[in-house]
Amino acid sequence: MSLAKIPKPDDLIKIDYAPPKTGWMKTPVDFRPGTWSYPAAPKNLTALEMPNPRAWQPGDADWKLPENWKRIILDGMKERLEKYRSFRLFMDICVRCGACADKCHFYIGSGDPKNMPVLRAELIRSVYRRYFTASGRCFGTLAGARDLTEDVLKEWFYYFYQCTECRRCSVFCPYGIDQAEITMIGRELLNLVGCNINWVLEPAANCFRTGNHLGILPGGMKDMLEFLADDIEDRTGVRVEVPINKKGADILFVTPSADYFADPGTYTCMGYLMLFHEIGLNYTFSTYASEGGNFGLFTSHEMMKRLNAKIYAEARRLGVKWILGGECGHMWRVIHQYMDTMNGPADFLEEPVSPITGTRFENARSTKMVHVVEFTADLIRNGRLKLDPSRNDHIRLTFHDSCNPARAMGLFEEPRYIIANTCNHFYEMAEDTIREKTFCCGAGAGLGNDENMEMRMRGGMPRAMAVRDVVQKHGVNRLGCICAIDRATLPPLMDYWVPGVAVTGVHELLGNALVMKGEKERTTDLRDDEISAPSP
Amino acid sequence: MKSRQTIVIALLAVSAIALAAAAAAASKTAGLVLTLVAPYLVLAVFLLGMVYRVIRWAKAPVPFRIPTTCGQEKSLPWIQNNPVENPAGPLGAIGRMAGEVFLFRSLFRNAQTEIVDGRQVFGSAKGLWFFGLMFHVSLLAVALRHLRFFTEPVVPFVTGLSALDGFLEIGVPALYISDMTLLAGLAFLFLRRAVLPQVRYISLFADYFALILIAAVAATGLLMRHFFPVDLNAVKTLAMGWVTFAPVAPVDAGFLFYLHLCLVFVLIAWLPFGKLSHMAGIFLSPTRNLINNSRRRRHLNAWNAPVKVHSYEEYEDEFRNKMKAAGLPVEKE
Amino acid sequence: MKQHKWGLIILGLAIFAIAVTFPFWYGKGKSTPPVLSLETPEIAGLARKECIEDKAFMRADHMKLLKAWRDEAVREGKRVYTARDGRTFEKSLTGSCLRCHSNKEQFCDRCHTYVGAAPSCFDCHIVPGEVKK
Repeated sequence: MSLAKIPKPDDLIKIDYAPPKTGWMKTPVDFRPGTWSYPAAPKNLTALEMPNPRAWQPGDADWKLPENWKRIILDGMKERLEKYRSFRLFMDICVRCGACADKCHFYIGSGDPKNMPVLRAELIRSVYRRYFTASGRCFGTLAGARDLTEDVLKEWFYYFYQCTECRRCSVFCPYGIDQAEITMIGRELLNLVGCNINWVLEPAANCFRTGNHLGILPGGMKDMLEFLADDIEDRTGVRVEVPINKKGADILFVTPSADYFADPGTYTCMGYLMLFHEIGLNYTFSTYASEGGNFGLFTSHEMMKRLNAKIYAEARRLGVKWILGGECGHMWRVIHQYMDTMNGPADFLEEPVSPITGTRFENARSTKMVHVVEFTADLIRNGRLKLDPSRNDHIRLTFHDSCNPARAMGLFEEPRYIIANTCNHFYEMAEDTIREKTFCCGAGAGLGNDENMEMRMRGGMPRAMAVRDVVQKHGVNRLGCICAIDRATLPPLMDYWVPGVAVTGVHELLGNALVMKGEKERTTDLRDDEISAPSP
Repeated sequence: MKSRQTIVIALLAVSAIALAAAAAAASKTAGLVLTLVAPYLVLAVFLLGMVYRVIRWAKAPVPFRIPTTCGQEKSLPWIQNNPVENPAGPLGAIGRMAGEVFLFRSLFRNAQTEIVDGRQVFGSAKGLWFFGLMFHVSLLAVALRHLRFFTEPVVPFVTGLSALDGFLEIGVPALYISDMTLLAGLAFLFLRRAVLPQVRYISLFADYFALILIAAVAATGLLMRHFFPVDLNAVKTLAMGWVTFAPVAPVDAGFLFYLHLCLVFVLIAWLPFGKLSHMAGIFLSPTRNLINNSRRRRHLNAWNAPVKVHSYEEYEDEFRNKMKAAGLPVEKE
Repeated sequence: MKQHKWGLIILGLAIFAIAVTFPFWYGKGKSTPPVLSLETPEIAGLARKECIEDKAFMRADHMKLLKAWRDEAVREGKRVYTARDGRTFEKSLTGSCLRCHSNKEQFCDRCHTYVGAAPSCFDCHIVPGEVKK
C-alpha cells in the first residue's frame, strides 16, 4: 500500500461528520483498503501457541473461525467480566452522553460514528446486554442488545483495530470509562478465535523468541550499537563503550529495539550512549531483554506478562541493582501500571539510587525501574551535565506528549525540563492537544503498518494540525517526543500533513547539547546536519 | 431503530405507566396496593438492587492499577506534582473522586473539536457540564425537599433548604428555583439528544426513557404544587404511615398524586438496573478512584497466575553459537 | 490493597443504606397528624361557627385568598371582601383572620409545621398579643 493510494490531504480533511442514514446496528463494516491491517501470519500464532492459525483476509466472506467460535467468545466474555472490574463496570454505567465522541482522534479524522469511543464500546456492550443482562435477553434491540454474529465479530475486528488505546476519551468521560480497557478486552476476545493483526503478532512472536520486536539476533544488536558508537565518534571524537550482557553492571538498560534499529530513534539511542559514557555509568544492555516495547499489551494481558517477564529475569541473572528504561510510550504503560503486579515483586533488586547524584527514586521504590527522562532530569538538576543548548539552535522545537507517559503515568515536567536545558527555541502546541489532552500519533497499539496508511493519516490528523499551527506561528521544524512508536509513525504523518518537520527523541537533543570530556569541536549534530544551518 | 421511533416508544412506555396509575386511582384495590404495598416493594427493590449491583461490580477484582492520570505524577521532589488529578495518596484520590461526584470535573474539560477551513478548532463546550450539573443538583435538592413529608418533626436542614430554594417568593405556594433548573436541565439534555445528529445516533431507548420519565415525575409534581393542589396533610400522613410501618390509605389523594407516585416508583425501582446505576458505579471506577503509585508500592492481582515464558536458558540454547561468535558472554560454554 | 477492598465497599453501602432509610430511624417512629384547635374565646362567642368561606375552600385555597387580599388591599386599596354567600369582611390578616384564630400556634402553625410549609405572612405581620421573643 503506497501513499499514492490515499487521498490528498486537502481532500482527506473534508470529513463528513453526518452519521449514516441507517442505524449503527444495521450498518455493516466496509473493509475499505487503507483502513485495516493484515491478519497475523499463521507462523506467528504457532510460535506463540495461539489459537486458530490460518491464512485469511478480512475482506473474505469466510473468516475460517472455529466451529464453536460463539461459545468461545461468550465464555471469554464471562471470564473477563469476572476478572476485570473495569470491564464489568464500563459495560454497565455508560449513559451515552457523548462527551467522548469528538475526543477520539480516529473519530475526528474519519467522521465514522463507530469511532466515537461510546459507540466503539457499544459494539461490545450490545452483545454484553444480549447474553449477560435480563433486560437485553427480554427486550433485545429495544434494550440496545443484539445477537453475536459473524458480522458483529467483523465489526469488532475493524474497530478494535482502529483504536490506539490512547486513553484520551477516558480523560473526558465523567465516569472515567476507558476505551483502551474495552479495546484491550475486545482484542483479547478476538485473539481467542484467531482474529488478530500481523503488525502486533509478528513483533510479539519475535520478541518472545529473540528478545526484541524486529527479530534482531545477538550479534546484530551488538553490530548496530557499535555502529552507533562509530557515528558518535565521527560526530564528537569520543569513543563510547557499548556494554552488552555484562554481569556486575549496576544498572540494566532496556529501551525499545527501534531505538537502535531505525532512524530517527537511533539518534536518541546515540544520546543515551553518550550520556551514560559521560557520567561513567556502570550499565549494560541485554540481548535477551533487548526490547522495552511490549506488543503483548496490544494482544492480551497474558501475552503482556509473557513478554514482560524477561526484564526482571534478566536483571536477576545479570545481578544488577536496578533497571533504567528508555524513551517509549506503551512500554512505560506496561512498566508503570503492570510490571510489578504481573512479574514482581522485584525484591532481588535494590531501591533505585542514582550512582551519580545519590538521588533516591522514591517513586520507583517497588518496581525498581526508572525512566531515563527522570534519571536525566535529576542529573541536570544537580548540575552533573555540561550542556550547550546553542548547539540545538537550528532546531525550533515543539513537544508531543506521548499518550501513555501522559495518561498512564503523568510524566509531563521531566521531558520539558530536559528540553528547557538543551534547547533555546521551544514552543508548546495548543493547550487542548498537549499533556493529558495530548493527541495520539494515530498509529499506536500496533496500527503503524503501511497497509493501514489512510487510517493512520486520519487518526494522526489532529496531532498534525496542532503541529501545523506552531509551524505557521513559530516556524517550528522539529517535533520532540519520548516514544519509539512516535519516532516511527510521526515522520510519515508529518510528511503527509506538515512537510518539513522532523521527529526527535528528547535524548537526541541532550546528545547534541552534551559537552563531553575530550570531544572535538562539534560542527554537526547527531544527524550530521550542520549546527548553524537550519534543519531541512 | 430510527431515533424518532425510539422517542415515540419511550413516550408510550411512560404513558403506559400513567395509564396504570389511572387504573390504580380508579380501582380501590389497586389504589391500596399502590399506597400500602408498593412503597415497601419499591424501597426493597431499590436498596437490594443497588446492593446487588455494587456487590457484583465489587466481586470482580481490580487486577491492575490503571488510573487515568491527568496531571504531573509525584516523582522527583523538586517537580511540582498535581496531587488531585494524579493522586499520590489516599487524600488525593478522595479529592479527585469528590471533584468527579460533586463538580463533574471530567465533564468540565469538555471541548468541542471542529475542522474549520482546514484548521482544527477547539470550541468551549461547557454546556453539557453546566446543564448536566444543574440537572443533578436540582434533582438532589428536589429529593431532599421531599423529606418534609417523611420526617416528623421536619428536619431543620430541609426547612432551610426549602426556604432558600423558594427565596424568590414568586407565587403562592412559592416557586422553587430547583424545580425550574431541573426542567431547564432536562430540556437541555433531551433536546441535545434528540437534535444533535451524533448524539441522536448513539442514543438508545433507555436514554430517552430516563429523561421522559423524570420529566413526567417533575411535571406531575409541579402540577400538584401550583395548579391542582393536593391535601398535603393527607400526603404527609400517608408518607409518615409508611415510615412508621403503620400505613393508612388516603381517603382521596387525587389522580395526580397517584400518577406522581406511580412514576416515581417506576423510576426508583429501575435505578439500580439500568444506566442510572452510574450514581453508584462512579465510585468504583478504577481509572478515577485509584492512587497512581504502582511503581512505589506493589499492587496485587487476585488471579495472577504463572504464564509460559521463554527463559534465558532456552534463549541461550538457541543462540549460543551466535553469541559466542559476537564475543558476547554466555552462561554455558 | 486487597484487604481494604471489601471494607470500603461495605462502608459505602452502609452509608447508602443509612441515607436511604433516613426517614425510618429519624424522629423515633411516632407521628400524629395535626389536629387544629378552634377553641378561642372569639370563636366560642360566635353564633354561626363558620369561616368566611366553607371549610374545604379555606383548607385548599386560603393561601391564594390571602395573597389576593394583600395585593388588592395594599396596592389597589380595595379593602372589602364579599364572600360567596354575600357576607362582607375586611381584607385584613390581623383584623379578620387572627381575630377569630387568635391561637396561631394551635391553628396555623400545626399544619404548616407538620408539612414544612413556611408562610411568609408573619415576615411582616405581627401576631396580636404575641411578644417578640
